[in-house]
Amino acid sequence: MPAPETVLTVRNLTVRFARSKIHAVDGVSFDLGTERLGIVGESGSGKSTLGRAIMRLLPSAAKVEADQLDFDGAPLLTRSEREMRSLRGNRMSLIMQDPRYSLNPVLTVGKQVAEAALLHQKIGKKEAYAKAAEMLARVRISDVERVMELYPHQISGGMGQRVMIAMMLLAKPRLVVADEPTSALDVSVRGDVLELLDELVRENNSGLMLISHDIRMVAAFCQRILVMYKGRVVETLTRLEDAQHPYTRGLIAAMPDPRKPVRRLQVLDRPAIDALEPRP
Amino acid sequence: MIEVSNLSVSFGSGERRKQVVKGVSFQVAKGETLGIVGESGCGKSTVLRSLAGLDRHWEGEIRLNGQPVERVRSREHLTLAQMVFQDPYGSIHPRHRIERVLAEPARAMKTGEGWDRVAPALEQVGLPAAFAERFPHELSGGQRQRVAIARALMLEPEVLLLDEPTSALDVSVQAEVLNLLADLREERGLTYVLVSHDLAVIAHMCDRVLVMKDGLFVDELDKSDLARGETHHAYSKQLFEASYL
Ligand SMILES: Nc1ncnc2c1ncn2[C@@H]1O[C@H](COP(=O)(O)OP(=O)(O)OP(=O)(O)O)[C@@H](O)[C@H]1O
Ligand SMILES: Nc1ncnc2c1ncn2[C@@H]1O[C@H](COP(=O)(O)OP(=O)(O)OP(=O)(O)O)[C@@H](O)[C@H]1O
Ligand SMILES: [Mg+2]
Ligand SMILES: [Mg+2]
Repeated sequence: MPAPETVLTVRNLTVRFARSKIHAVDGVSFDLGTERLGIVGESGSGKSTLGRAIMRLLPSAAKVEADQLDFDGAPLLTRSEREMRSLRGNRMSLIMQDPRYSLNPVLTVGKQVAEAALLHQKIGKKEAYAKAAEMLARVRISDVERVMELYPHQISGGMGQRVMIAMMLLAKPRLVVADEPTSALDVSVRGDVLELLDELVRENNSGLMLISHDIRMVAAFCQRILVMYKGRVVETLTRLEDAQHPYTRGLIAAMPDPRKPVRRLQVLDRPAIDALEPRP
Repeated sequence: MIEVSNLSVSFGSGERRKQVVKGVSFQVAKGETLGIVGESGCGKSTVLRSLAGLDRHWEGEIRLNGQPVERVRSREHLTLAQMVFQDPYGSIHPRHRIERVLAEPARAMKTGEGWDRVAPALEQVGLPAAFAERFPHELSGGQRQRVAIARALMLEPEVLLLDEPTSALDVSVQAEVLNLLADLREERGLTYVLVSHDLAVIAHMCDRVLVMKDGLFVDELDKSDLARGETHHAYSKQLFEASYL
């Protein structure tokens, strides 16, 4: 098997916020090919910060350092803000964790999606609207006509996520960082949305970083999984069953299982895990 | 504790008018946990918002603790039921420090200053008291969600309306939050209405589940139905089959 083309190279990436002493991301290294890579980990372990550091979207209070951070073979950290702006939403795309708050509150959903179509595909205004409607229908928005007239605060949480995904699909980026893109979707809609993401990755030769706390979903959908704990990647898996690290095993044990009801859910033995992951 | 009869909610007017909740009735006993599941956009959050007194479009009757409530709530009725929102930003002012976010409800309801209760409230949801100094954007998604839960608990409500309270949390923190909610239910006899798309969470927490589709409840499942994966409607069957893989 030939090595997959490299979309992103990350070596020893570290992020520190001015107000805190600890590293939100601590020496993370990985390569992303034209593949679906899952990132799981504890709340606050640095998943979103990692995604935003790659997109260069962190506030100036954040200090980002890396031995190497290359996208499509060219370094990202030395690019100007102007260059980054043209890359984002074009060659690279971020789907944020709070979708309804990432959309422009004063523009209708239809306008925003149509704008994405206009920007990325050489078509006219009317066509862009038609394209937007088509894309919204593909992410299983029912009642597309009505929804296009609504403002972000008037749509449901899951609809917000799908609107973000529709905009991203229109841009056909080479790198997609999707931060909890399906957390508000029920299983049937989620399946369709994941299928669309998969199609995008295959058709455009893209790389997808899927950040999620839902390890079952990530394990089913992604080819590889990075497990983060306190800013570090503690293990890389292709199958959940292979998990060795006590944190990952703890995660698996903490999932409620409808077939085996328990009164209290198992929680992590944090001191034991921290003893294994000493911090400077 | 909660009695709802013939609740309807519509948005828009004229040709654009859309009925989102179509005359639903249900009851929740004191200390019970009722789950609501259903497709994205079917009206779950809208039902919770009406119960919480945040939406004034509703028609029908809502009774809390035996008393009918008005569209515009009295202060006493507002403190009775508190909501934890699907996106934490829905209840957290982005430019206020966490301490102010947490003290605000007590101050607004004139039940004291609230400042002294900030630290214990944070610790209760597993966050360091030092987070009081931070702004919401300086927290991770899951940390923000825990602040939202802490905020809802500040007024010591009898009813908590939980809209996807753990969908932004990883399973380990989810387990901690669910255990916390279970403890509170036991200690204070709280009543919950829990909306989640995660059937495992629903089955773990709820005594009873309503399945919603297109503004209507199409199925009702009790604990033993949930354990056995038994359903009484094609849609709930589909929902269960897709998630028990
Ligand atoms: N602007 C900021 N200033 C200070 N600290 C921050 C800032 N943004 C994030 N942090 C901290 O960095 C850590 C990592 O946050 P991050 O949002 O990356 O977590 P996450 O893994 O995405 O968690 P979640 O699953 O809860 O979304 C957290 O402890 C958070 O409080
Ligand atoms: N202010 C509003 N104006 C117009 N339509 C609205 C408004 N609020 C909600 N709606 C519509 O009501 C419907 C139900 O929304 P609701 O938020 O209750 O769904 P939900 O079941 O919570 O979905 P999700 O699981 O995605 O959060 C949606 O079609 C939405 O567009
Ligand atoms: Mg995050
Ligand atoms: Mg909702």
